[in-house]
Amino acid sequence: MFAEYDVIVVGAGHAGCEAAAAAANMGSKVLLITMNMQTIAQMSCNPAMGGIAKGQIVREIDALGGYSGIVTDKSMIQFRMLNKSKGPAMWSPRAQNDRMLFAATWRQMLEQTPNVDFYQDMVRELILKNGKACGVVTQLGHTIAAKAVVVTSGTFLNGVIHIGEKQFGGGRVAEKAATGITEQLVAQGMEASRLKTGTPPRVDGRSLDYSKMEEQQGDTEITGFSYLPNTVPITAAQQRSCYITYTNTTVHDILKTGFDRSPMFQGRIEGVGPRYCPSIEDKINRFAERDRHQLFVEPEGWNTVEIYVNGFSTSLPEEVQIQALQQVPGFENCKIFRPGYAIEYDFFPPTQLTHALETKAIQNLFFAGQINGTTGYEEAACQGIMAGMNAHLKINGQAPFILKRSEAYIGVLIDDLISKGTEEPYRMFTSRAEYRTLLRQDNADLRLTEISYRLGLASQERMEGVRKKQAAVAAITEQLQQYAIEPDAINEYLNSIQSAPLSEKQKAAKLLLRPSVTLTDMLPHLTDLQQGLQHHLPEYLEQAEIQIKYERYIAKEQELVEKMNVMEDLLIPENFDYDRLQALSSEARQKFKKVQPRTIGQAGRISGVNPSDIQILMVYMGR
Amino acid sequence: MQLISPSTTIVALATGNGQGAIAVIRLSGKDAISIVSTFFKGKNLIGEAGYTLHFGEIVNNDEVIDEVLVALFKAPKSYTGEDVVEISCHASAYIIEKIIQLCIEHGAQLAMPGEFTQRAFLNGKMDLTQAEAVADLIASNAAAAHRAAMHNLKGGFKHVLDEMREQLIHFTALIQLELDFSDEDVTFADRSQLVALLNQLYNQTNNLIQSFALGNAIKNGVNVAIVGKPNAGKSTLLNALLNEERAIVSAIPGTTRDTVEESININGIIFKLIDTAGIRNHTVDEIEAIGIARSKKALEKTDVVIFLFDVNDSLDTVMQQINEWNLLQYKCIAVGNKCDLLDNNLAYMQHHFADLPIQQKIFISALQKNGIDAIKNLLYNMVVGGQLNFEQAIITNIRHYHALIELKNALVEVQNGLQQNLPGDLLTIDINHCLYFLGTITGKIETDRDILGAIFSKFCIGK
Repeated sequence: MFAEYDVIVVGAGHAGCEAAAAAANMGSKVLLITMNMQTIAQMSCNPAMGGIAKGQIVREIDALGGYSGIVTDKSMIQFRMLNKSKGPAMWSPRAQNDRMLFAATWRQMLEQTPNVDFYQDMVRELILKNGKACGVVTQLGHTIAAKAVVVTSGTFLNGVIHIGEKQFGGGRVAEKAATGITEQLVAQGMEASRLKTGTPPRVDGRSLDYSKMEEQQGDTEITGFSYLPNTVPITAAQQRSCYITYTNTTVHDILKTGFDRSPMFQGRIEGVGPRYCPSIEDKINRFAERDRHQLFVEPEGWNTVEIYVNGFSTSLPEEVQIQALQQVPGFENCKIFRPGYAIEYDFFPPTQLTHALETKAIQNLFFAGQINGTTGYEEAACQGIMAGMNAHLKINGQAPFILKRSEAYIGVLIDDLISKGTEEPYRMFTSRAEYRTLLRQDNADLRLTEISYRLGLASQERMEGVRKKQAAVAAITEQLQQYAIEPDAINEYLNSIQSAPLSEKQKAAKLLLRPSVTLTDMLPHLTDLQQGLQHHLPEYLEQAEIQIKYERYIAKEQELVEKMNVMEDLLIPENFDYDRLQALSSEARQKFKKVQPRTIGQAGRISGVNPSDIQILMVYMGR
Repeated sequence: MQLISPSTTIVALATGNGQGAIAVIRLSGKDAISIVSTFFKGKNLIGEAGYTLHFGEIVNNDEVIDEVLVALFKAPKSYTGEDVVEISCHASAYIIEKIIQLCIEHGAQLAMPGEFTQRAFLNGKMDLTQAEAVADLIASNAAAAHRAAMHNLKGGFKHVLDEMREQLIHFTALIQLELDFSDEDVTFADRSQLVALLNQLYNQTNNLIQSFALGNAIKNGVNVAIVGKPNAGKSTLLNALLNEERAIVSAIPGTTRDTVEESININGIIFKLIDTAGIRNHTVDEIEAIGIARSKKALEKTDVVIFLFDVNDSLDTVMQQINEWNLLQYKCIAVGNKCDLLDNNLAYMQHHFADLPIQQKIFISALQKNGIDAIKNLLYNMVVGGQLNFEQAIITNIRHYHALIELKNALVEVQNGLQQNLPGDLLTIDINHCLYFLGTITGKIETDRDILGAIFSKFCIGK
């Protein structure tokens, strides 16, 4: 019934969709298998994309030629640039999305992608030959051959849902769990473990009193996620607001009455949950001194009254959930559409992968998303695009595509997973990146598009956009370095921002180094310069300004990167025999054998490894 | 994490620590020759051929540190295969430390254990069969260094460092909190709180750096000054302790005109004995006066004072001497000499000098070498038993010292940043440097999980 595919992608969430799109756009024939064609690209948790560190990841996916940025732009109902008061490396785009429009847009874009076929079925087994994945067997009994398989199982592998004392199998509420793959791979010698995550109740927006909450509006300017032009169909005025309200001690007291039926506190949940995304019962329990917790009331879309209560993730019994919610200001008459719940699922500790996201145990088998122990749409999607690209490269005999920690948050994420593993669902934070001044949301295209273009993923249009941006930024920088500002022209502005006035002419680029001086505020006072620059896009002007203003810090990190690159360039041969190195400490030897670091730099990041172990390793790498 | 980087030039003492008359300091790397030439006064080393020896002086801002012999080896014809310079200098702890410090100031890095050998291997100076030996060497050196470090860390030092690390992590967590979690309903630290925290860290670092001198005192020897009125028998005591005839001994008061410095090893600890010229208030001899001035100076930097008095003197006379030299402000051992003249009647002497306000009293006869071991035992126990005033954290390791200096510099950068109201993300570039340098001492380099852990344990984060 099926011809042989190049790549089969199992699962059609954020990771699976990106993987399918990437492999197909590079030229592979792809089959995307999902258990339900109606739930492609679901936002299973909150209806939002981006945020701090996550927004940067979406920009990186877009720069590589992925779809997440475009889909987010097309389905957004609100946009905010977070951390705008901090340095530019912290600026993080975030969007609220129409949940249904998001999924529909994804499906539409995939349907319009040549080389992507769809099939609705459950994969219950992988076909393995000589330690290599070469297809799948479905529940309906089909055997489908492929050169590579990407598994993006999300929370579906042996998923178990908990609501109070109720407990049942499922991959999401009202959706069946998937079985078979874990058992098969464990029998092959791979290690699997359990993680947990949770989600809050969805409520009826018509039952809420917004006058008792704080309104949180979108930004007055929407810059969006995609580097392609005209991807945001809405204007700032059309945006939907979110609302903020708070729990109180009455709410907490009611929630506590359900603790004896809580699957978390009663030990029915064995998986580890994320510390930064705790359930409301966890927050009350661990931070007993706090008498309130913040809740974000987020609309689920343009054409629905459904509301997502962000901050109220819970697996307490439904009646406790509703009673407690009704004590929250604005929620007095609240009606619940669907209760919150906790879900446990299988993951494979990611130290079992290579940097290409291919399993070490089985060739041509790639993992992406929650199966690797991560959490978040953005984290999943970026692994998806990398797995899809690498699957394509692998079957075409090309070298894997690996991003360095100094090149992208994606590089940080994958290297963290592979070198350190994870004990809780892994989420990206900017503090995980040692070179975050370089990894900004404004320059992801300058960092990544060209590499992807050369590999055959990023389009010609994207590449031309980058070249145009580079040329414009260079021209603007040149102008700002040449233009000498007369004190008379600028001192009024400088006085107004309490910055020392000029006593003699100064180059515009130099004045921009002052922290309080901005190009936008400076230009109106320098009409000839303004005229010379006005044909440039605001995005280009901003890029030139950032590069000038933060040059010192960028250079500082760049220097660090170059120092470290010496280590990153020292490759360790595959299948290196660590047992031969008697001088290694036994802990280091064990870790090295497990992780199989690719470079000396990576070896040094493995926890429990000492500098002397690295030195010993280097002795053997000598020639 | 910073690892060995072949592009750097490294420096270390090549000979054993403090033993022998000559010490050899070795540099290896592309800048080895140019670094040494910046503070070597003699022939211009740049451009000189390999396998050549050069005589000259090591100078630091016009101060001559030592006269040295410098041997040049040019790549690849050297032990490591790189440019190598070997400086043969006099084996004084001060000179060695000063020269290594000069090398570091001019761009060299302290070598890691076994790094010279490793470079030799990397540059093809050894064959693969020797690799095992090199690896073992690194492992054992690292283990030895670790043991030494653990030994040093036994006292308050480790405690202070752990506390500092915790504070620095806390500080970083406060900054990261407002970056990664600006959307959360948590209270962010205000800048004055951050400044206070940083000042505290800065002061602690500074204290540690200053205690480095103190730490070195132990490593390089404990200074012991012997004082007493002229002809109390100081030189005889010194000779008895040394078991040698060194100082000129005579019965004429004031024979010792200069301070005499000698070292003895008591159970592995080096004590530097300083025999001072007798301190008399009225002196006529000019040369002797100079000697006495030096004695007073010697007292200033001493760790322990041995106050030698004549048991044939009255209690009042002895008290007078104690007051004259302000001995009560020092760690002091009172040693009553010339017991042989009183038939070594210890009970009588203990009774006679019971009111002496110095707790540690020993009665000896330097001439007959009676009671010398009692002095040695007491000195040793004072150091081991922690009675000496080394309460401050002690750093005995030059590597630690340099890490602390780097830490201090990085802290200053953070302070400047705070003052200029720099955004937190830019502050963290320098904060990461602080954490790195502290990590090179504590061995805990990896921090991101600790920082996130600190945030999640202290603040209620997450939607």
